[in-house]
Amino acid sequence: MEAVKTSEKTTLQVKRFKPSENPTTNFFTEERGLKAWLTTVDHKKIGLMYLGAVAFFFALAGFLAIALRTELWTPAKTFIEADTYNKLFTLHGAMMVFFVLVPSIPAALGNFILPMQLGAKDVAFPRLNLASFYIYLIGAVFTFIALFMGGFDTGWTFYTPYSSDGDSATVIWVTLGVFILGFSSILTSTNFMTTIHKLRAPGITWDKLPLNIWALYATSIIQILATPVLAITILLLSLENIMDIGIFDPAKGGDPVLYQHFFWFYSHPAVYIMIVPGFGIISEVITTFSKKTIFGYWAIALSSLAIAFIGFLVWGHHMFTSGQSPVATTIFSFLTFLVGIPTGIKIFNWVATLYKGSIDMKTPMLYVFIFLFLFSIGGFTGIMLGALSVNIHLHDTYYVVAHFHYVMMGGTLMALLAGLHYWWPKMTGKMYNETLGKVAATLIFIGFNMTFLPQFVMGAQGMPRRYYNYIDQFTPFHQTSTVGSYVLGVAFLIILYYLVKSLMSDEKAPANPWESRGLEWQSTSPPDLHNFDHTPVVINKPYDYHRPMEEFQLGLAVEHNGHGEAHDVDVKETEQENS
Amino acid sequence: MGRLFDFMLPENMSPLTADYTDGLFHFINEASTIVLVGITIALIYFAIRYRRKSSDDKTPVITHNNKLEITWSVIPLFITLIIFSWGYKGWLNLKAVPDDAYEIHVTGFKWNWAVSYENGAQTLNEIHVPQGTPVKLVMKSRDVLHSFFVPDYRVKQDVLPNRYTYVWFQAEEVGESQVFCTEYCGTSHSNMLAKVIVHEPDDFKNWLEMNGGAGGSGDPVEAGKELVNLNGCQACHSVDGTPGIGPSFKGIWGKEESLADGSTVTVDENYVRESILNPGAKIVAGHDNVMTPYEGILSDEDITNIIEYLKTIE
Repeated sequence: MEAVKTSEKTTLQVKRFKPSENPTTNFFTEERGLKAWLTTVDHKKIGLMYLGAVAFFFALAGFLAIALRTELWTPAKTFIEADTYNKLFTLHGAMMVFFVLVPSIPAALGNFILPMQLGAKDVAFPRLNLASFYIYLIGAVFTFIALFMGGFDTGWTFYTPYSSDGDSATVIWVTLGVFILGFSSILTSTNFMTTIHKLRAPGITWDKLPLNIWALYATSIIQILATPVLAITILLLSLENIMDIGIFDPAKGGDPVLYQHFFWFYSHPAVYIMIVPGFGIISEVITTFSKKTIFGYWAIALSSLAIAFIGFLVWGHHMFTSGQSPVATTIFSFLTFLVGIPTGIKIFNWVATLYKGSIDMKTPMLYVFIFLFLFSIGGFTGIMLGALSVNIHLHDTYYVVAHFHYVMMGGTLMALLAGLHYWWPKMTGKMYNETLGKVAATLIFIGFNMTFLPQFVMGAQGMPRRYYNYIDQFTPFHQTSTVGSYVLGVAFLIILYYLVKSLMSDEKAPANPWESRGLEWQSTSPPDLHNFDHTPVVINKPYDYHRPMEEFQLGLAVEHNGHGEAHDVDVKETEQENS
Repeated sequence: MGRLFDFMLPENMSPLTADYTDGLFHFINEASTIVLVGITIALIYFAIRYRRKSSDDKTPVITHNNKLEITWSVIPLFITLIIFSWGYKGWLNLKAVPDDAYEIHVTGFKWNWAVSYENGAQTLNEIHVPQGTPVKLVMKSRDVLHSFFVPDYRVKQDVLPNRYTYVWFQAEEVGESQVFCTEYCGTSHSNMLAKVIVHEPDDFKNWLEMNGGAGGSGDPVEAGKELVNLNGCQACHSVDGTPGIGPSFKGIWGKEESLADGSTVTVDENYVRESILNPGAKIVAGHDNVMTPYEGILSDEDITNIIEYLKTIE
């Protein structure tokens, strides 16, 4: 067979092959022992280590949330002091944002899945990938040092001049932790972008790219462009604290509103760093469990990029009451509405995908449905907060707290849970208990709404956020919310229980239990150390669910491995089939 | 009257500032509810109608539909532009203070609101205003950021240490409205509360005259007591011995205090003066360095009066 070179495209002759159902080795068995794990450059092991770290921080920050909600059971002191409360909510916010939400989907699930969806052996820079993980851990160590030095009570936003007043030593440690953490994000993103550009298997043209990859690509752009601004801000904050240079603190000649601009210039795009990877997971899961081609592939792919770009221009909507210029306030409000449109487009396309599908309500799909409902509420209340006059009333109340929990927990975390259950058999080779999975998902839905719906009401009635004491009229709302948080706690314990139990069990999961057409599912479960036996040639589109499962085999280049050719290849099959 | 989401908002006590906000709040809520119900019904209907019957189910190939994409991009764009304009208009109204507004000065500091009126009257954590008159509050902070929020009036504004900011409202009914601090400012952030107290215009005049020129009694102890009240010292320093954020004033005069660095100090005139002007210099063990310096805020005479008052609290 001969590769025929035309003026534009290369035609690659391939034959089909199917990975073995019963492989003798996988990435767990090929490199064993603690040292092999700690020094591994395998993207799958690094992804799992991230997953473990993220789960640890989530459990810790979640536990803090339960403690905070318990304290709010009564209007005055319930069981902790005001200073302790202030430190705990700061820590809850900082850990959830910097140690859980930002790395969760890209660094944990993304690390594992991205190279496999591209048919690559690994990410482009495997050693850099391991370095990112250790930088992440070093950042965490700095935060714990700050904790042992007495903690910090500035809120995760570190607003000046409060954060530069009094005992600022702990603030310096924790912000340096965040500074270091930023490099982990930047390196992971650089790695992902390079991998997407350079390591796509032959046959994966840009229009065959899974939407999960488009989402991670958009996320990487934001991370690379926004994170350095956070680093600069933190550096300036430290300079001010250590060397007494007036930048943000008016007592030293600085301007506190400038800090807010710098901070939100990163932290607003960071919201999209947290949610856009979730969009990717939703597209993968919703097609698999409705067995249907995605509706509006380009609308979904390009809206991720649109969000990435417009998302850079709306940071000032966190500052409508701050005293910033009225002209800026007007423009930021206007742009905020524009960024809502691509998000709405995504929701409508996902719902349309379900039309005439073959819907199987397994646990991952249940989470997608929960996501669509909760995230829609998060979106609508975002529109509410973008409206100038209404924002003045709602800013810094529990309405805002409820809104961002609907987006971050109802959005990102539900997507993460969908992805975790969806890829669990791929990552571990084990199957979780489906019944317990659905029970936990239902409890999460109930507990979540019970926790955060009352917060919309009390926020609109005036309950300010970050309040240790509150006036009596808010008691029923706070108590409902607290009970809801306990329900959530129980649901997460159930998830922990059945996932750990599945790891202990001897039962093996099938290679592709969902009959997904995704490339990552065409390998063995758990995958081989190098993901695929051969460099695969991708014949089908990722969401061709109308074609029978048997057709979803990988191609194998007959003459050569396809590398060294342009990615623009026409695939032509040989007659002989190998199954 | 009788909108679906009325239960979410507090009573509207200042229609001139609150009406725009409330109207838009209801519009967005109602429009969102319609779309959310639509999405939810579609989700549930599809999940039941198209549930998987067998693993061999065939699904149609529907890749996209440009007409639909344009519809669900343009209609929401249109609605959000309406919302933007509506919100903008209401916000301009909040920013445009009526020319005849009555001015009151408000200073936020950890963790109190100090209020001063045209004739020198002063109050702490109480803002007395005349009914049916536009009132403009000119605000600044003495230390960190605070934010002034009256839910009943739908007004909120951050209070900054390096510039003046303002809000205005017009309370239409005699009564009280709650004020919150909504920018996190430390330990007692959630106790930084105040009340707007609305009087009939004539009552307000009387009240103002009766309270004009605070601290003018001539008795140093009384003047010192007044200063301690007006400056909110009691938020942290109790006068009855209750432990607080700062040491209690009860029996403090002449007391031997152990400091955070291990040394001791006797509470005398010079120590009190230093602790007011430069609180961080000598911190009593068991307390944090959180007090705002009063350099430039209290005069030497004020401090002398406060010292005379402290001597009397036993």
